[in-house]
Amino acid sequence: MQRIGVFVCHCGSNIAATVDVKKVVEIVKNEPGVVHAEDYQYMCSEAGQALIAKAIAEKNLTGIVVCSCSPRMHEATFRKAAERAGLNPYMVEIANIREHCSWIHKNIEEATEKAVILARAAIAKVNLNAPLKAGESRVTKRALVIGGGIAGIQTALDIADAGYEVDIVEKTPSIGGRMSQLDKTFPTLDCSACILTPKMVEAAAHEKITIYTYSEVEKVSGFVGDFTVDIRKKARSVDMDKCTGCGVCQEKCPSKKTPSEFNRGLGNRSAIYTPFAQAIPNVPVIDRDACLKFKTGKCGVCAKVCQAGAIDYEQKDEIVTEKYGAIVVATGFDTIKLDNYDEYAYNQSKDVITSLELERVMNAAGPTKGHLERLSDGKHPKEIVFIQCVGSRCSDDRGKPYCSKICCMYTAKHAMLIRDKYPDVNVTVFYIDVRTPGKNFDEFYRRAVEDYGVNYIKGQVGKVAPQPDGSLLVQGVDLLDNKQILKKADMVVLATAIEPDPSVRKIATMLTASIDTNNFLTESHAKLRPVESPTAGVFLSGVCQGPKDIPETVAQAGAAAVKAIGLLAKDKLLTNPCTAKPDELLCNGCSACANVCPYGAITYEVKLINDHGIREERRVAQVNNALCQGCGACTVTCPSGAMDLQGFSNRQIIAEVDAICR
Amino acid sequence: MQELINRAKELLADGTVARVLGWKKGDMSYNPEVAYFNNAEELEGFVYNGFCAANLSKYLIEASKLEGKTLVFLKPCDSYSFNQLLKEHRIDRDKTYVIGVGCKGKITVEKIRDLGIKGIESVEIDENCENITVKTLYGDKTVAYADAMLERCHVCKGKEHVVSDEVIGESRDTVDAERFAEVERIEAMSPAEKFAFFKAELSKCIRCNACRNVCPACSCRKCVFDSTKFDSAQKANVDSFEEKMFHIIRAFHVAGRCTDCGECSRVCPQGIPLHLFNRKFIKDINKFYGEFKAGEDAETKGPLTNFTFDDVEPCDAVKGGN
Repeated sequence: MQRIGVFVCHCGSNIAATVDVKKVVEIVKNEPGVVHAEDYQYMCSEAGQALIAKAIAEKNLTGIVVCSCSPRMHEATFRKAAERAGLNPYMVEIANIREHCSWIHKNIEEATEKAVILARAAIAKVNLNAPLKAGESRVTKRALVIGGGIAGIQTALDIADAGYEVDIVEKTPSIGGRMSQLDKTFPTLDCSACILTPKMVEAAAHEKITIYTYSEVEKVSGFVGDFTVDIRKKARSVDMDKCTGCGVCQEKCPSKKTPSEFNRGLGNRSAIYTPFAQAIPNVPVIDRDACLKFKTGKCGVCAKVCQAGAIDYEQKDEIVTEKYGAIVVATGFDTIKLDNYDEYAYNQSKDVITSLELERVMNAAGPTKGHLERLSDGKHPKEIVFIQCVGSRCSDDRGKPYCSKICCMYTAKHAMLIRDKYPDVNVTVFYIDVRTPGKNFDEFYRRAVEDYGVNYIKGQVGKVAPQPDGSLLVQGVDLLDNKQILKKADMVVLATAIEPDPSVRKIATMLTASIDTNNFLTESHAKLRPVESPTAGVFLSGVCQGPKDIPETVAQAGAAAVKAIGLLAKDKLLTNPCTAKPDELLCNGCSACANVCPYGAITYEVKLINDHGIREERRVAQVNNALCQGCGACTVTCPSGAMDLQGFSNRQIIAEVDAICR
Repeated sequence: MQELINRAKELLADGTVARVLGWKKGDMSYNPEVAYFNNAEELEGFVYNGFCAANLSKYLIEASKLEGKTLVFLKPCDSYSFNQLLKEHRIDRDKTYVIGVGCKGKITVEKIRDLGIKGIESVEIDENCENITVKTLYGDKTVAYADAMLERCHVCKGKEHVVSDEVIGESRDTVDAERFAEVERIEAMSPAEKFAFFKAELSKCIRCNACRNVCPACSCRKCVFDSTKFDSAQKANVDSFEEKMFHIIRAFHVAGRCTDCGECSRVCPQGIPLHLFNRKFIKDINKFYGEFKAGEDAETKGPLTNFTFDDVEPCDAVKGGN
């Protein structure tokens, strides 16, 4: 029988104002196994921890229950306190009577009753707890960064500068990401490429950084400190060692009708291409779906003109397997599809474009060589309407519920740049709210309004109707003047919501990293662990975690790098002892557990089993404790209940449920 | 039938197999029993007819532990159970010799009784399995074979054996009903109606465990309901456990592994349509993960023990689960 001590925390008034802590102490004293119960103002304080240590020593406690805040806050604190007092840390259970009770209830009687019930459940569990001992695992001193945009580049540079090897895996033919598509950057209006390219070059030249472009992560196994990753290097059809990057192949390629991904489909590219002039590596790839040689077998022009003999039509995908201690996800974003927003006529008129497309139009290397013109007829527009929050802050399921965060600023940027370069163009912005928190951000927006005469109208646009004369009729509302507005425009620019790049779902699944309902990767703690995934060893960099502008992305990229470095700097990690354990007498040997194990921790062995006197060879499950992460998938899959999770056994869980239902 | 006996004798004689697993005559003409035959002499008692419904796959778990190979006769639907057990490493393929036997649908005396025929003394099946002659205390009655067929044969999985070493005999297409019609009928009920339906059916349960014991998917060395480890044994004594939970838990345990062999309903002495639980799971699996037949092969992972990027989202499954 356990000798259990129960410690009820007031948490100042956080708990005590809603839960009658004295009454909880009186009631739990009578629970089976409880030999000691007391309350204190702040259990997590040094004095509170001393109370626990004293009780452990004086009452010979074998287990303790702390009724306090969420175990995410202080479970580690109390486990350490118990360990210092000579108790196994896994003999400590937390009853969360703050987040799960006092904070969400108003009625003292009800909250007190619930606090007692939560304490009972924890006591019932401790009665079945057994001491557990953490093992050790090694750390591979190499990091993987998934995504080669500014977030991935910055993270990789910071980790590499600390002296660790880093690999960047980028799915497109070049690193650079979304930032390479931008023309100018707010709030300083410097050229995006001018500030990005040096970082790209630095990453490419860094001796600790290996860049895999045109590559994708295919498989991830292992765990924190010891991941094994398969990277698929898609066939470039060009030998990277031989290619000099002269570009003749791209000039001579007869297949030039493929929409350019880099220009958001506003211009065409050849079948053999580098996405943009400053691409790194400066080695083209052959788009086999567009290439005549691959489609018809006839052509081969690029191979003929290549002086270096770098073209290799026979090249095959290659799988590189590498071990990593830490993985940083930096998969970035894309703009949402506008199929649900027919009212803006995006699919009907070439002159309705997204803001990202406008970036390409404004860019000297873009489809219009940087001239502002209508894509339908090449004419210079006189009247441009910007529509904010297209798909952002959307209350129905057509768009996204969140604010995309960057649109207010880039629209102010676009409006200002257009007014600056083309003073004859009128710019009108329809907005719900203008949100410009950030250093020098509001000043930037005010300049657009006050110095550049951009016409901001508070209100949304209901419809954009293409007219027979080629213009666009914008029907909106001015909420401040409370009147309907009908406005003729030559161009309409949609501040389209951003969403995590679709590839993130597959990557999150491979990493067993959680994502939220909007496909943003979840952080371990929204405030205190914002760059760590709840999955150990996985870190988050950039927009994959939530909408961000470039300064924030770069800051977060550095933060993710620091967390990765902190992990890589360790030689050994303590492993979680709450691992699965098979009861060999009950095991059927059916492999169901091995099939569902995401960590490959379960193998089978034929063993001589003595089952109550019956001696026979049986195929039974074996768990590798270094690989097992204690997720419990096997325990719920096992039909015979042979698999159990140490520290969270079926009996313990049922005992908790029974205690709650008593 | 004689062909099966002759072949079994050959395989015993040349040492290919050490024993034969089949059916022998029971105490009545309509209840053959599962039996092992160790020599040619014993094989004289072997029978194979329309009443030999028992699925022999599960017996091979124990037979795999014996010296030498066991010859087993499997009907097409039984071969799915056999494959599933191979997949779960419960049967040693090297310890078995499978003769696929033809099947023209299996009948049961219960169905004959359901037709209102009383005082049955014996039953004779005509050669083509078209009609059966029932000898009763009140004279002979003739019944169409199809009218005495088990429910599962009306929705037969097919005439092909998914695994065998050789096949003897012809099978017949017996499908004349929609497999999921009854499940759909229950799905259409209101929650209150569903509860009333299952309460009425499951309250008949006497917890004899026949369903569990016959089920090829219920092959745990130690069933959780028998183990003292889980505090779930003997709950039947204190509350209406089986009515509420036993069969439901059992259905969950065999979900994704059940081949819909129908043995549970066949052996239930209380006539509870237990297969409906399993068939609901099969219907949902088909809907959410694409057509899947447990036991169709012995290698691939079943949809419930596999993860793919195309897996249904839990929120969609909840919405569309009917």
